[in-house]
Amino acid sequence: MTNGELLGSYIVPVHPHTVLAPEQNEGWGRLREAYDIAAQRIKDSGADLLIIYSTTWPSIIGHQIIADPNPEWVMVDHDFHELGSIPYSFNIDEKFAHAWNDANEKRGLKSRTVAYHGFPIDVGSVVALKLLNPDNTIPAVIVSSNVYANRAETTVLAKACMDVVTATGRKAIAITAMSLSNRMFTKPIEPKDDRIHSLKDDEWNRKILELLGEGRLEDVGQLSRTIHRQIRVNKVVAFKPMWWLSGMNTNRNNLTGEVLAYEALHGAGGAVVHLDPTPSGAGDIEYDEDNVEYFAGERNVLDGDQREHQEDLESNFEAPTEMVQENGPALWDPTESKDSVNSEAAPKPVGAYPHARRVGDLLYLSGVGPRQPGTNAIPGGPIHDKDGKPLNYDIKAQTQAVVDNITRILEEAGGTINDVLDVTSFLVDMDRDFQGYNEVWAETLGKVGPTRTTLAIRALPTPIAVEMKVIAKAPKTK
Amino acid sequence: MSKGEIVAGCLAPHPPHLVYAENPPQNEPIAEGGWEQLRWGYERLRESLADVEYDAIVLLSPHWQTYIGTHFLGLPKFKNLSVDPVFPNLFRYHYDLDIDVELAQQIHDRAADAGLAVTMMKNPDFRVDYGAITTGHMFNPAWDKPLVVISSNRSRDYYSVEVMQEMMIELGRVTREAILASGKKVVVIASNSLSHRHFTTESAIPEDMSKEHITSHAMHLWDMRMIEYFRTGQAQRILDEMPEFTEQAIAESDGGGLSWLLSTLDVPTYPGILHGYGTIIGTGNAIVEWPARDHQEASE
Repeated sequence: MTNGELLGSYIVPVHPHTVLAPEQNEGWGRLREAYDIAAQRIKDSGADLLIIYSTTWPSIIGHQIIADPNPEWVMVDHDFHELGSIPYSFNIDEKFAHAWNDANEKRGLKSRTVAYHGFPIDVGSVVALKLLNPDNTIPAVIVSSNVYANRAETTVLAKACMDVVTATGRKAIAITAMSLSNRMFTKPIEPKDDRIHSLKDDEWNRKILELLGEGRLEDVGQLSRTIHRQIRVNKVVAFKPMWWLSGMNTNRNNLTGEVLAYEALHGAGGAVVHLDPTPSGAGDIEYDEDNVEYFAGERNVLDGDQREHQEDLESNFEAPTEMVQENGPALWDPTESKDSVNSEAAPKPVGAYPHARRVGDLLYLSGVGPRQPGTNAIPGGPIHDKDGKPLNYDIKAQTQAVVDNITRILEEAGGTINDVLDVTSFLVDMDRDFQGYNEVWAETLGKVGPTRTTLAIRALPTPIAVEMKVIAKAPKTK
Repeated sequence: MSKGEIVAGCLAPHPPHLVYAENPPQNEPIAEGGWEQLRWGYERLRESLADVEYDAIVLLSPHWQTYIGTHFLGLPKFKNLSVDPVFPNLFRYHYDLDIDVELAQQIHDRAADAGLAVTMMKNPDFRVDYGAITTGHMFNPAWDKPLVVISSNRSRDYYSVEVMQEMMIELGRVTREAILASGKKVVVIASNSLSHRHFTTESAIPEDMSKEHITSHAMHLWDMRMIEYFRTGQAQRILDEMPEFTEQAIAESDGGGLSWLLSTLDVPTYPGILHGYGTIIGTGNAIVEWPARDHQEASE
């Protein structure tokens, strides 16, 4: 089974107007058209899972995840009941819901699944699923927004979700059902009179959309508290969906963003935004908060032995699938020459050399490790911390990431992974890692059939456990 | 037509744990009891009103949260299944309630005349919020009195506690006028907790009372301060301190119910009767009755 991945992300509005009354206002109609475009893109992407984080489903006891395989009811909005009713019948991936719940608990989160007849699916989720998945062909999962959750808890929620996406080989779409500015008119208005509540709200919305259009999702996430203070009515749930969505996208800032529509919904800012994972733009993270992997917040208030319990949980926590590598040498831009092949989709070198070089019919790749382009994160975690203290890590995840990086470099040269002829692999701990490395090899390059030599070495320049030196056939130049 | 009357005003909280612990046939989950101090408090409230005749219950619920003014249930009957989106393990209640649409419309019309944004809710598919149902059940398990259900206008979220109070005091004033003009005898109820900081974990057995307590000493102090004002007829001080109370106790008075109730009772100077106090998943809850029927000046 191949590793799962996030095929894309969408930000969509929550109000029922796009379902029940798109014809009553041109802006509502444009949002509906954008919803329809997003639905078609999702369908064409081959996604097999929709993951919804909804701001209109607040929870108190941790996060809740819908696990009823077929929730059915009729939804009526608390404010906009005059627009009509929305009957729904959804296709929920209950196995994924349970697996996500388990993954949450492993990362220290309080979480539970919900599967009760008649449970009221919230308006944001109903609107999103009705319009993005009209035929119910793609299974979905819905998670609540915890009213007390902070950035760390919300980020870890996303990482736990991606643990399951990766482990189950799913091709997923992440969706946040949310408003931008959420100040509505506090009196009924005629549909034709709808507009963003204030110029200030409109300006903030456009700034947010400018950032998202540039793919700078993590920047928006880091501005969440400021945005909340500036343009958000202090309802139950604060402006935290960007924390979750950024966490789903490994806190990247170089996505490919596109704003499909931005309009007013009874004064609030509603937008349909598509964030494609293809790297784009400058995208560097200019400032950062903690990249937390495990939630160790104030919980278990019912128990007197809370701290001891928390320490037990943390000590038993297994290595996360990915941690940003903050220790190691400086990064360089790959050197350019007539025959060099360099890719923005591959991690930056740690010295003055190219990603690959073409000589005649052959491509010679520089040593390829598992670091991720853009974030420099190491799937499976680094092998030691800044102080050299050994850490637990996942050799399989690292090996898979190496193969993925090799694939990206070969594709940049116009080739594929099937062009690999010879590989020299370096392991820093042969006894510990050979078996896991060998298993991933068998499922990937082993099926291509290159010759291979595996060596044990003392260390590599960055805190990684595996690196590969590759010689491949060079694709014919045009 | 004889003049209408407010026979009693009540603070009657709605955590679904209370219905869960009662094990009524309408609720699906089964409990081993729990929160007896509050459930016995409701029992005392019901006994207090057992011999009092009244025609309708007017209830403001903080869990029907509306952002475009105040809404009123506007159809004669609502029948459905209510599942609490926060505690679905505790509350899945099959309700069948009657609405006094005439009185709801009268309050609505007076509120509109006073300049408040109001709407009658007439969608038959609408599910009544679990707060209204919990309080409705605990106050009157027989469901033999029609209700007027008023939404919680979240003006505090949009503006401030002060603006919320201004609007809710006005809504209370017109509610009172409409009741007195209707010729009906009515109980008015605010369905809210006091301090409102929850635990974020739930014990394996939700009704395990060894785990139940107030979330912090500060919350306890605020709850006792408010209760002391209830018991000594100092409603005006409650209104005066509402901004601090709402902010510092994260109080559910943010939904406007308590301000509306006190205004509807014409800011009573007579003592309220404390029927019970207890915590539910860390929040503070008091059951209080203001026996307006015994204080004619409150109905004049």
